[in-house]
Amino acid sequence: MNSHPQLDERGKLKHLLSIEGLPPATLIEILDTARSFEQVARQDIKKVPHLQGKSVFNLFFEASTRTRTTFEIAAKRLSADVLNLNVSASSQSKGETLLDTVDNLSAMQADMFVVRHAESGAAHLIARHVGPGIHVINAGDGRHAHPTQALLDMYTIRHFKHRFDHLRVAIVGDVLHSRVARSQIHALTTLGVPEVRVIGPQTLIPRDVERLGVRVFHHMPQGLRDVDVVIMLRLQNERMNGALLPSRDEYFKFYGLTPDKLAHARPDAIVMHPGPMNRGVEIDSEVADGVQSVILQQVTFGIAVRMAVMSILAGKQERLP
Amino acid sequence: MKIRINQGRVMNPGNGLDEVQDVFVAAGKIVSIGQEPSGFTPNKVIDAHEKWVLPGLVDLAARLREPGYEYLATLESEMFAATAGGVTSLSCPPDTDPPLDEPGLVEMLKHRAANRHQANVYPLGALTQQLKGQRLTEMGELRDAGCVAFSQANAPLTDTLVLMRALDYAATFDFTVWLQPQDPHLSKDGVAHDGEVATRLGLPAIPACAETIAISTIMELMRQTGARVHLCRLSSAAGLALVRAGKAEGLPLTCDVSINHLHLSEHDLGYFNAHCRLTPPLRSPADRNALRAGLSDGTIDALVSDHAPVDMDAKQLPFEAAEPGATGLELLLPLTIKWAHEDRVPLKTALTRITQAPARILGIAAGQLAIGGVADLCIFDPREEWVVTPHSLKSQGKNTPFLNLPLPGRVTHTLVGGFLVYESSPH
Repeated sequence: MNSHPQLDERGKLKHLLSIEGLPPATLIEILDTARSFEQVARQDIKKVPHLQGKSVFNLFFEASTRTRTTFEIAAKRLSADVLNLNVSASSQSKGETLLDTVDNLSAMQADMFVVRHAESGAAHLIARHVGPGIHVINAGDGRHAHPTQALLDMYTIRHFKHRFDHLRVAIVGDVLHSRVARSQIHALTTLGVPEVRVIGPQTLIPRDVERLGVRVFHHMPQGLRDVDVVIMLRLQNERMNGALLPSRDEYFKFYGLTPDKLAHARPDAIVMHPGPMNRGVEIDSEVADGVQSVILQQVTFGIAVRMAVMSILAGKQERLP
Repeated sequence: MKIRINQGRVMNPGNGLDEVQDVFVAAGKIVSIGQEPSGFTPNKVIDAHEKWVLPGLVDLAARLREPGYEYLATLESEMFAATAGGVTSLSCPPDTDPPLDEPGLVEMLKHRAANRHQANVYPLGALTQQLKGQRLTEMGELRDAGCVAFSQANAPLTDTLVLMRALDYAATFDFTVWLQPQDPHLSKDGVAHDGEVATRLGLPAIPACAETIAISTIMELMRQTGARVHLCRLSSAAGLALVRAGKAEGLPLTCDVSINHLHLSEHDLGYFNAHCRLTPPLRSPADRNALRAGLSDGTIDALVSDHAPVDMDAKQLPFEAAEPGATGLELLLPLTIKWAHEDRVPLKTALTRITQAPARILGIAAGQLAIGGVADLCIFDPREEWVVTPHSLKSQGKNTPFLNLPLPGRVTHTLVGGFLVYESSPH
């Protein structure tokens, strides 16, 4: 338990559980490797043999379409055998514990688990439990972390902005419940972004978040002033009416990204969103579909980034020619 | 049974006694300290050379898990763990299954515990039926069955009117009500202190004001009803400040803190260490330091193990889903000594917090080592450093955030009512 949860004794990545605790070089290695995989998608035959003969188990305890699909595509392009398991629907409802499920799948010679779970820390728990040859990728645990999403976001930012060390980045919305935001904050600060801001009503900003190295703004136009990157967060339906927020209309009025509010950012600012978007809630369609939006590119990059993570974990990260 | 304990460092924090002496036990009592009574022929002689001879510890919070949770632990395993930790009197919260809300259950527990001839067990009765926070229990009957006070354990009592009436009713009979101060709404889904670590780990949080609001409410109701209250498991500096003010005002208020909150903070959660899933949550290092100071200056009356054996399976879960609680009976004394060493608290003061002070809260004649008194005592070897491992713990609960920690010293013998009930096996 005292050993590093994600790196082996030689400092090599053995699991990807969170961005926190990873050195900048590891993040850069993933981004560089992803760049070499990006061209695979443009080939006629979109396959490389890096994970041939390996079994990747997509272990989703919580529903997801997009993330699971991109992991599946990434694994298949690496020639892995992919198994998709929606566990919420099967064994968990029969009372099998999380680790029993993992043990059973390990016994089927899994090489890699891609795990999504509704509770924070689930991926860490599984990683502590599995045998030494098995790698765990966190595809989202509770409110804690979603490292591959943050990495693809960093890939996107680097693609458009080239460097990190001169940027102002604002993350807007429901930071409290967002595993994406937490991973983004760690990734941005690790990669040397000098100013990371979070913007939202106080009900959606977690306590002491400044300790993670961000500045808090409640007034969106102020928070967006002169930023290079605007990252919008999804607001879940169940949070819209209640004790956290009075209504979606009021939320949109103060924290929805409209062309007016975006005008406070730098003119060349890019707009990102981890998806799926709530148009008219956190983002106006005019912005989502506008010239500054790079939301669809994020999805495309997501495949290359996940290929990079899987191949690095499998020890097959040598660059393509 | 006559026992002679030779040349131990005999300490009685109650009267400041601290000298190397022989102790003579006969007919369940300490018959002499120092001078050998004439014609004393011991059945057993214990060599306590370079060891400490202390009053048996009094632990205000030890779950024995009976009735109802025998798969977690049994009276047999946990009462053995108690004596292995030097605990000779303990009170157990009513959070059993069913809860201790009927006299028959309490009588059965007392009877079964007495049959084991180990530590003295003082059950806390449920304050409300099934701990549901709605209807009062038969407190008078429960007292007659053996309950020493009344408690909600960690079960929420959301209705302030019920709380006021419970305090009014308890005050009628001069019963003490034990409450774990935590606002049920503010703590409903939370599992960690509302601060940096919960933010980093993405865990649902419980703010410190959950404690201060509850304490404020309780103190207002104490002023209203005149009831006497013991606050269980303080966790915050702000909560402690309220208690300090309440005591200064003269409210009949006592409180305790657990060994976990005395030594750990939110940072010990690391990457989701489920052993640190505790109620109330571990708070900031500043809170912990305030609690240590409060225990030292006596604002906090007692230090408790908050013993809660939990199945390992129930800890092998994501942090939020893991069952709260930690084993503690065998750690109480070493962790008290560790705190005293670290904070340079006089040994006498530190020992008072686990002997005389908790005995006074329970209203029992225990926690003393004096001629004519009951021979409840333990012998502690301060030279025996040991490491907390599942194997080194007698309790069936192996769940503790202190796993792999080396601890200073260990109990070698425990006497209850003049009987040697525990003797460590020699190496």
